Amino acid sequence: MAVSPVLPKLVGERVKRREDPRLIQGRATYVDDIALVGMQYIAFKRSDVAHARIRSVDTRAAEAMDGVEAVFTGAQVAEFLAPMPIGTPFPSPEHRAVAVDTVRFSGEPVAVVVARDRFVARDAVDAIVVSYDPLPAVVDVELAMTGKPTVIHPAFPNNLAVPLVPAGTGVSADGKVDDSAIDEAFARADLVISQRMVNQRLAPTAMEPRGVVAHYEPGKGTMTIWSSTQNPHILRTFIAALTGLGENQVRAIAPEVGGGFGAKINIYGEEYVAAAVSKRLGIPVKWTEDRSEAFVATTHGRDILGYVDLAAKRDGTVVGLKLRLIADIGAYNMLLTAAIPTLTTMMANATYNIPAIRATVTEVFTNKTPTDAYRGAGRPEATYFVERAMDMLARELKMDPAELRRKNFIQPSQFPFATQTGAVYDSGDYEKALDRALKNAQWDRLKAERDKARAEGRLVGLGLSMYVEVCGLGPSAALPTGGWEHSQVTIERDGRISATTGASPHGQGNETTFAQMLADQFGVPFEHITILHGDTGVVKQGIGTFGSRSQAVGGTALHMAGSKVKAKMAKFAAALLEAHEDDVVFENGTISVKGSPASGKPFASVAAYAYRPVPLPEGLEPGLSDEAFFEPSNNTYPFGCHISMVEIDRKTGEPTLLKLVAVDDAGNLINPLIVEGQIHGGLAQGIGQAMIEEVVYNEDGQLVTGSFMDYAIPRAIDFPRFELDATVTPTPVNPLGAKGVGEAGTLGATPSVVSATVDALSGFGVKHIDMMLRPEKLWRIIQGGQS
Amino acid sequence: MSQVSMTVNGKVRKATVDPRVLLVYFLRDQLRLTGTHIGCDTSQCGACTVMIDGRSAKSCTIFAVQADGSEITTIEGLATNGQLHPLQQGFWEEHGLQCGFCTPGMIMAAVTLLKDNPSPSEREIREGITGNFCRCTGYQHIVNAIQHAATKR
Repeated sequence: MAVSPVLPKLVGERVKRREDPRLIQGRATYVDDIALVGMQYIAFKRSDVAHARIRSVDTRAAEAMDGVEAVFTGAQVAEFLAPMPIGTPFPSPEHRAVAVDTVRFSGEPVAVVVARDRFVARDAVDAIVVSYDPLPAVVDVELAMTGKPTVIHPAFPNNLAVPLVPAGTGVSADGKVDDSAIDEAFARADLVISQRMVNQRLAPTAMEPRGVVAHYEPGKGTMTIWSSTQNPHILRTFIAALTGLGENQVRAIAPEVGGGFGAKINIYGEEYVAAAVSKRLGIPVKWTEDRSEAFVATTHGRDILGYVDLAAKRDGTVVGLKLRLIADIGAYNMLLTAAIPTLTTMMANATYNIPAIRATVTEVFTNKTPTDAYRGAGRPEATYFVERAMDMLARELKMDPAELRRKNFIQPSQFPFATQTGAVYDSGDYEKALDRALKNAQWDRLKAERDKARAEGRLVGLGLSMYVEVCGLGPSAALPTGGWEHSQVTIERDGRISATTGASPHGQGNETTFAQMLADQFGVPFEHITILHGDTGVVKQGIGTFGSRSQAVGGTALHMAGSKVKAKMAKFAAALLEAHEDDVVFENGTISVKGSPASGKPFASVAAYAYRPVPLPEGLEPGLSDEAFFEPSNNTYPFGCHISMVEIDRKTGEPTLLKLVAVDDAGNLINPLIVEGQIHGGLAQGIGQAMIEEVVYNEDGQLVTGSFMDYAIPRAIDFPRFELDATVTPTPVNPLGAKGVGEAGTLGATPSVVSATVDALSGFGVKHIDMMLRPEKLWRIIQGGQS
Repeated sequence: MSQVSMTVNGKVRKATVDPRVLLVYFLRDQLRLTGTHIGCDTSQCGACTVMIDGRSAKSCTIFAVQADGSEITTIEGLATNGQLHPLQQGFWEEHGLQCGFCTPGMIMAAVTLLKDNPSPSEREIREGITGNFCRCTGYQHIVNAIQHAATKR
């Protein structure tokens, strides 16, 4: 037999990404790179007012333009496209992809143009004349809750999309509320920290704006839709439903996708319109979002106002927490909009033993772009509110912020830990992560440095934040789409391996990590494995990539499908080797009897035998292909500790992040290089929220931060070199022990940077500063004003 | 419509263009060189960065007609004889990309950065790519990638 090289184990190694060669050479295909014969371009006429009745839409000039194929007003679109569905069980007002009689946010579509090219389409959009009867713009969320200045959707009094939902101690499953425990907790407290905190609205801003190509083929009655989406299978389900086709007649493809960050989970009006228009006209159509369009048309994130009360004993023991949340969700419910703030109440227990918690959330309509998931989606908000309050408590008690946390941690022996707010934390060792972060940051030395700098008149501060998040979403009970993931593993005739995954990576590198796993599982070269994803015509079933679920759920499905195929392949090998199937081992490209590698058969020859099984072993079917659905029994709960050091320029108020130390525990890691990249990116977004990012509307409901000239996404110069480390606490929820890491960075960084800034300015009597940390705001504090 | 002629990735390209068409749309839509990306409409993000007459430039900032007679290199033309450019290699080795959308522009910007300053400090690298946005990486691995290229050239 041929001598095989020894193949290294790849799981846990820093393997270079196999996605990269196409991406670094400009050979990848994103949606806007697709060109089909006969394809026409769609552009949307969008409302330039926040709230108005549509008096008239005059499309005559647009229709008369050379190269214009069709123009549809909202009323015309409504004739062939039903209102948009949502993905949560909450009540929702009717939402048309193109507004029919009323516009409710600036940027809402009012008409659609189909034209020869993108430039003609844009010209035609500009030629459409819409006249409006303005209505008062609902902008301030707390005013909106009182029904002022007006009510946006008549069926939702006081603009309450979701009236107060209680969670926590004393709240029973049927919604009955018993206040005795929380009242008692606050009654026995020595002190209560109370603070109103703003977790401001953000724009997700994936570098690739959204785009869609829809191609209905009348002869076949089938639809192919390419979209910059995080979940092509969910897209398929919704597109089929709204175009009146079966799911077996729709093929949804997520080609190369240039980032998502949660904003490409939602199924958008533009996708429905493209599909419906393609079907109606019988031609392929493309729509590509402009960046300025993305700022109004792609969902925003966060925007939760929190009233936080943290009750404690004088020795630092936390005895109770009240969290009253008000979410400004914008003008409509989108796919997951209403569910996101409930993740904030769910995670209110943070990393601490808190005997009594009451968390409530109210969701409110305003005349703004709708919110939906943005990296972290509800958990960064929870972390921010609790960790900022913990920091304020430490300051009030003059305790070291690390020691206050240590005093209140949920202990390793308490897992699985049922929280007051309905989660069951799978595993954790919070003190270990804290200690590692303190050691890596050299906490005591940093404090001395800070004090020395202060003695020199510099404004330097330190901030520390713990976090725990809910990832690996999740059991099907928690997700309307189902919470499983799917994979099919096929050993081809030549011994190469093709595997599909329902996870739909858009930067996460699953082609690499999943190939690492299969290479180890089958003892074959990494190069012999292909991971297929993002195409419902190829990947039979799937849910998609969000909620840090690819590895924990998708990876487990892959592992399970691999195990099934491997068991069958062992039987074929056993027949060839005249051995028992339990005694065959897969390594170094061969399958052999345990203890006698020389007896082995090349992996490829066993594969070939399985496809021409002469003789066919008894009880076996030919072929080597099997699939698995993995349904997790629980979510996973990764955690960590982020420490930052900030300096404020005394003259200008400008903050500079000097240092960021992160220790993240995502359980077992498949590829630490990729994990580091995920954490870096999350940290950048978390720091961005703290320091420079903020979606701003004026009193008329006009978006003030509607381009990269006005909305600051972080640049390379904004960061120091991040210092990362990991502790490893595997999850028992899946056989890989992997928890997920995609969102981690956005959790702890934000409160740690804000706390560091408050610390830096503590000499001015400030206790809390709302994000973003605009220099002008900090300068005013330095000048003696309050925040 | 106007006639233009330019050398793109070593090949002379003659075409008829609408005078209002930006260079980036000409490259993408007419020459089908789709490796150059469009990430904004205000010339901030740098995803469309190419080399024009040997200098990095955002191809959304000029019209195709203004590039008449120029020599253009796009990401598709950066590797030579099948050999990755040191920056391409650096981005691969150091995991300098995730979704890859900003990457071609980032690499094309870094070409000039290293041409002007062959051994930049970390600070100089961070300043040098300030005109290029990345939402995925937090930039640290991009800095490593450019350092890798600077060392290995």
